[in-house]
Amino acid sequence: MSGATLMNMHTQPQRTPAETALIDAFGERLSLLPGDGAVMLKRDDAIEAVKHGLPTRRIESWHYTDLRRLLNSVPDFDPAAMAKALAPIIDGSAVLPILNGKSEAKLPAVDGVTFQRLSEKLTDGSIAPGLDPYGSDDAIGALNTAFVADGYFVDIADGVELEKPIELQNLQAGGQAHVRLPVRVGAGAKAVIVERQAGEGAALVSSVSQLVLDDDAEVTWLIVQEQPDTATHLAQFKAHIGKNARLTLFVINAGGKLVRQEVLVKTTGEGADFKLRGINLLAGDSHSDVTMVLDHAVPHTTSTEIIRNVVTGKARGVFQGRINVHQYAQKTNAKMACNTLLLSDDGEFSTKPELEIFADDVVCGHGATVTEIDHNHLFYLMARGVDEKSARGLLVKAFVAEVIEELDDEAIVEALEARLDDWFVTHG
Amino acid sequence: MLEIKNLHARIVDDGTEIIRGLNLTVKAGEVAAIMGPNGSGKSTLSYILAGREDYEVTEGDILYNGQSILEMDPAERATSGIFLAFQYPMEIPGVATMEFLKVAMNEQRKARGEEPLKIPEFLKRVKEAAASLSMDMNMLKRPLNVGFSGGEKKRAEILQMKLLEPKLCVLDETDSGLDIDALKIVSDGVNALRAPDRAFLVITHYQRLLEHIVPDSVHVLYKGQVIKSGDKSLALDLEANGYAGVIGEAA
Repeated sequence: MSGATLMNMHTQPQRTPAETALIDAFGERLSLLPGDGAVMLKRDDAIEAVKHGLPTRRIESWHYTDLRRLLNSVPDFDPAAMAKALAPIIDGSAVLPILNGKSEAKLPAVDGVTFQRLSEKLTDGSIAPGLDPYGSDDAIGALNTAFVADGYFVDIADGVELEKPIELQNLQAGGQAHVRLPVRVGAGAKAVIVERQAGEGAALVSSVSQLVLDDDAEVTWLIVQEQPDTATHLAQFKAHIGKNARLTLFVINAGGKLVRQEVLVKTTGEGADFKLRGINLLAGDSHSDVTMVLDHAVPHTTSTEIIRNVVTGKARGVFQGRINVHQYAQKTNAKMACNTLLLSDDGEFSTKPELEIFADDVVCGHGATVTEIDHNHLFYLMARGVDEKSARGLLVKAFVAEVIEELDDEAIVEALEARLDDWFVTHG
Repeated sequence: MLEIKNLHARIVDDGTEIIRGLNLTVKAGEVAAIMGPNGSGKSTLSYILAGREDYEVTEGDILYNGQSILEMDPAERATSGIFLAFQYPMEIPGVATMEFLKVAMNEQRKARGEEPLKIPEFLKRVKEAAASLSMDMNMLKRPLNVGFSGGEKKRAEILQMKLLEPKLCVLDETDSGLDIDALKIVSDGVNALRAPDRAFLVITHYQRLLEHIVPDSVHVLYKGQVIKSGDKSLALDLEANGYAGVIGEAA
């Protein structure tokens, strides 16, 4: 045995079946993946990161979600899988389905909006610069860059105010699906964008959304994740918020076996405002992780983050919220709260807030609570004749619905409450 | 309608006995006032009737229409017609008041084998009841009791009582926190519900409420027992002379 091989054995721990499957799949898929030379170079770099090993709990940002241990198998790509498009959650939305990782050739027509299949932008290489992962621990970014085959590119022209939402549907029926959704919202434009993540198979899904808000743009982005309890869902939402632009990101995680939703947001112009509202409905023996890194990179920007979690069964949940206030980002105002309703003795939720502040004139705060159902509330509802099961249901729904009701758009509120009701019918 | 026999009850957490051999009978159509000094067990009695699990009955029984209710949970008691108007109604954020009213009314109808109310009929009933209590419908668009003033909460309790049409109404210090105008509105609301097949247990500190809701009987509760019963003149006597005399007689 040569010395080099021996050294290699010391530095490279034995690959897990999942790592081996991913590396093998890359070799098999390579000739089918779209991309010019620049894109293919990015893919090569990305698979090198996977070869290096999936992140473990020893990597700080993956401490509560040991991907190497939790991702114990990876399904093969399944060319025969047939997912079906869904009715949008808000009536009248322009729907762009991606079925088993493949976008549709027929694109909707919306005034002021340009849609393009992502496979075309991979083939012509115009998307290459956006494919770089977010730092060296970005396993989701790397996995996606290696395998991404399709998705949609959306460009909303300056000043366009959309009357109806755009719903991007990433739907799987097993196998693997790796999609990317770059969206630019022009200066002063307004839009509601729904990112629907669902399916019916034990798939491995990676999905990366990249949003750029130009000055004065206003966007409400809803991520509705309803994967089956067999699926692995690894997702990333990245956004840059320009001057006086406002972004409200609403995340409902209501499914999946192994879920990580990363939220990586940067304020890039003064007056930028970011709101994150998250609802995690956790059941079975699932593991769901929402990890946010928010950079207040310029002065006078604001943010609030409210996460509500309902934990049942043996589910485990994680919220990591990191707010970086850069040295020159004076007058930053940021508030973060994470509240958990623990409904089972076997469930658990870990919250890790982190504030890293390099400016001296800022207001930043965070708080976390873990509670059970309030027995006084339960008694009050039952004293009016509501049976115990329904009363508990009302209170659990109330706990999470509070963050929905503050949205002032009735169509959105109704749509999100319907998603909640769906979950409660299945898990109540 | 209600028969409480030698009732003993204690706080589950620390075993403190609050009700110590209480006897009380209330007939259908009767308005019975329960008066007594602080700490005599008035509110505890109301919670025990409603089935709050913080209290444990150790002896005696509570019969409602001849049946013991001790094994029934709060929801079962409510659907059988027992209603407690809380002294301190809970604020429950996230539960819309209208939604709650609809669920409560329909759960009770379901328990009685009746069809759920159609939305227009439900709305009509709520509007009528709210108008009779001078309540603004906008208030009912808020989450349950959240941001309501003390008086608004008490009105909301009476509103629920009107809508649920119970047979045994327990009013726990409904007059506390009410100004004179609100007291009149709430009392009128209660009086309008007086009926031959409905009984009231009106718990209060003060004669004031009983000027508006005139009782058929008055019972003085002290150290967990009814130590004296009489007609409405007993309340006037207590107002004039305080509890000391009555307590002294009983001792």
